[in-house]
Amino acid sequence: MLTINVVFALVTCLFATSALAIVLSGRAWLSNLIYALSGILCLGLALTGIWMLATRAEPSAMQLPIGLPWLGANLRIDALSALFLMLLGTGGAAAGFYGIGYGRHEHEPHRVLPFFPAFLGAMTLVLMADDAFTFLISWEVMSLLSWALVLANHRADETRQASYIYLTMAAFGTMVLLLAFGLMAGPEGNYGFAVIREIGRSPGIAALILTLMAIGAGSKAGLMPLHVWLPVAHPAAPSHVSALMSAVMTKVALYGFIRVGFDLLGPVAWWMAPVFILAGAITAVMGILFALMDGDSKRVLAYSTIENIGVIFAALGLALAFRANDMSALAALALTAAFVHSLNHMLFKSLLFMVAGAVLNATGTRDLDQLGGLIHRMPVTAVLALVGVTAISALPPLNGFVSEWLLFQAVLQSPHLPQPTLQFLVPAAGGLLALAAALAAACFVRFYGVIFLGRPRSDTARKAAEVDRWSLGAMAGLAALCVLAGILPGLLIDLIAPAINLVAGAELPRQSTNAWLTLIPVAEVKSSYSGFLVVVFIATTAGAAAWLVHRLASRRLRRAPAWDCGFPLDASNTQYGAGSFAQPIRRVLAPVLSAHETVTMPPPGDMAPARLEAGTEDMTWSRIYLPLAALINTITNAMNALQFLSIRRYLSLVFASLILLLVGLVIWN
Amino acid sequence: MELIYGFILQGIQMLVVLALAPGLTGFVRKIKARLTRRRGASILQPYRDILRLMRKEVVLAENASWLFRASPYMIFAMTWVAAALVPTFAIGLQFSWTADLIAIVAMLGSARFFLALAGMDVGTSFGGIGASREMMIGAFAEPAMLLTVFAVALVAGSTQLSNVVAFMASDQVGIRVSLGMALVALIIVALAENARIPVDNPSTHLELTMVHEAMVLEYSGRHLAMIELAGAMKLLLYIALIGCIFTPWGIAPAGAGLTGLLAGGLFFVAKLAAGGAFLAIFETSIAKMRVFRVPDFLGAALMLGLLGTLLLFVSRGL
Repeated sequence: MLTINVVFALVTCLFATSALAIVLSGRAWLSNLIYALSGILCLGLALTGIWMLATRAEPSAMQLPIGLPWLGANLRIDALSALFLMLLGTGGAAAGFYGIGYGRHEHEPHRVLPFFPAFLGAMTLVLMADDAFTFLISWEVMSLLSWALVLANHRADETRQASYIYLTMAAFGTMVLLLAFGLMAGPEGNYGFAVIREIGRSPGIAALILTLMAIGAGSKAGLMPLHVWLPVAHPAAPSHVSALMSAVMTKVALYGFIRVGFDLLGPVAWWMAPVFILAGAITAVMGILFALMDGDSKRVLAYSTIENIGVIFAALGLALAFRANDMSALAALALTAAFVHSLNHMLFKSLLFMVAGAVLNATGTRDLDQLGGLIHRMPVTAVLALVGVTAISALPPLNGFVSEWLLFQAVLQSPHLPQPTLQFLVPAAGGLLALAAALAAACFVRFYGVIFLGRPRSDTARKAAEVDRWSLGAMAGLAALCVLAGILPGLLIDLIAPAINLVAGAELPRQSTNAWLTLIPVAEVKSSYSGFLVVVFIATTAGAAAWLVHRLASRRLRRAPAWDCGFPLDASNTQYGAGSFAQPIRRVLAPVLSAHETVTMPPPGDMAPARLEAGTEDMTWSRIYLPLAALINTITNAMNALQFLSIRRYLSLVFASLILLLVGLVIWN
Repeated sequence: MELIYGFILQGIQMLVVLALAPGLTGFVRKIKARLTRRRGASILQPYRDILRLMRKEVVLAENASWLFRASPYMIFAMTWVAAALVPTFAIGLQFSWTADLIAIVAMLGSARFFLALAGMDVGTSFGGIGASREMMIGAFAEPAMLLTVFAVALVAGSTQLSNVVAFMASDQVGIRVSLGMALVALIIVALAENARIPVDNPSTHLELTMVHEAMVLEYSGRHLAMIELAGAMKLLLYIALIGCIFTPWGIAPAGAGLTGLLAGGLFFVAKLAAGGAFLAIFETSIAKMRVFRVPDFLGAALMLGLLGTLLLFVSRGL
């Protein structure tokens, strides 16, 4: 049996699960059944992807007699699709199994259940599409289903607004993709990917197509300044759907960009690379800065997704630069960094969204300033969350560091690039990426510290209870994968080598045969890192130190009130909170964040308290979107006059435009 | 046999780092005292302090969690492993390829991460103030450090410290502008990372200016001893790092004999003494700056690191 048949069967089952959810609507056990089925089917997808990569299986294709009459619907799976299939399957399975526990708390399950499996199925179809028509239809279905999922809690005003913004941005993105594929198909209108691959294009057209792809896919992935919908829409959905959207759907969007930029389009001129490197690096820094300032647990994670997408985009830009200069080995290094980071981000971002969901279930709030001290109330979640925040902060020995390290190794190879622009830009971008990584550590100390450490800031936080076993199991699985990918990165890199080979034309040297599981991307004299040994060393020294100290020195311990320089105060708001933790960075980077502070002092003699209000603002709203909306409003208002004309005027308008078009055509020819 | 020899050398390196670290701190304190015309405590005082703290009981805040108790050992282990991977008296040690310079920097980042978390665990205002400021300083110090690493790695063609040192010790490098900039940047980062004046004051307990001390305020007994020891090792690590990259003289090459190793050890102690003396003189001759001026100070390091890297792109000879 061909791989494609297996995957197609799994997708069909996912859609069938959706139908089942509609048919059996209202049964109490339905939620368990649907999530379990989705989880199992996704596990199947992941295993198929892994099997295909591990055996280096040949691409397999099939054609369905639906869609455009002369084209049909073409589906194909190759190594690149298999890599993203593995990513989608893992994220989907974790979200499914988490949903078994989490879904019980849903007030209106019929607003989530039918869409959840179909959303997974639509994303898989995007990965399988082998013609522009199938790709765009699947893409649009994916967008609409995720929109429906965002609307699950439609009674909240902010959800309705979020879903409206999301729908607008999704429509805009698809329109841009439509233009990109139109340009790619050329005047003959060849929509099959196989044909598109063969067409020769001028560098200008190729650059235009890639820019359109970056705008279309970037608006779904969260590239600045197209990110505005993401921090409002991702948190509005139920937490396991937020996890899917942030961890998986953004990667499916990246898949679209990679499929076009590295596979369908052929060579791209080097001067496209700086744009992506710079856009990625700026997105990374700004994304994490906004995450650091936000006071809503899920919005922090959504902004951090923007950061990670920026990092991946910068790596892809670097790969484009290397490939344009025929340095396929270095392009393979940059692409490995991008792909490993995509996988890592899927793991830890799913994990953290699930943690935020667990905290939301236990306390009923996403407001960081209502939480605190949950490490005592939710001990297992706290341990799993600690793995997540360490991984996402790119700290060794966990997986986030591995991809960051690979990316820095790729940046260090930039002197080999012949173009001076790139030579200057790449180290500067490397500095920005290092800044983003350091800010991420600050952001997640704040996230973890305010939620889990310290003293509870509200009664609900004081009374929180640990979540159910299914949720914990899903989170534990993801945490274990984070640790494994950090300790054994060589295995992962070897696994994804066929996909790298497909898009870069080269792959990294085989890693799993290196002594002590060391990672040696270029050559041992240049750089090496062994996550395994680092873990062994840290664990042994920490264990030995603790044992020796307890054995030889002292093991006495006495509990006492906190010292706090002699003035411990009982009020829980005397400890540092989300706003105060971010204050130093907000103050230092005030111009970048358009931070504002207003102090309201009561007049002398008045006993009212003085107030300090501080906040930051995403200036893409005020600088780009609000003026744009105003402009559109002005134009539509001006065109309102056209609405109430007589039939004669309408006919003359039609006639005039016909003449104009014909004249244009004559001049064109 | 060779493997056992390699393991022994690596073990000696770890012990040397651990054993010399408190002595270095004591030495710096002694010189600072002499410079301000005080007699000062003995160089051995930090050893006595650590032993005393180890033997005392731990007074733990009532709502401290397991993270608060585990963190000192984690921080100690991460700093120790990082310090053991920086060449001190010899290069090409058994596990020198375990982590390159980027990974060593990141391991110190892990230690800082856990220290900041521990600072927030008890839920006091001072723990939070320290954690928040430490992460702010780290957010600027870490990119500056990485840009410096870039500059050095571009000159030496490697991020592997043993190879960098071997290259720096060869006669292929003369005096270079970019390396000078990297040196200044690295010194600024080292001052900030080790909580020294002008960024932080290791001997202050004035509430509003504390950064590092505020974070560890709730620690006592053996926990505090582990953190103090880790702090001392971090200082030694940075001096060893600056020493091995910019003054690679005397370090025993891979496969050196006993005399070579002994000479390397003597050179290392001399470098530590010189670095410590320089630090003491610098600290006595400068005032601590306001917390919100620190980013400007670190921004200078960031710019120097970037400039050094960019100069190398203009010409590999600069």
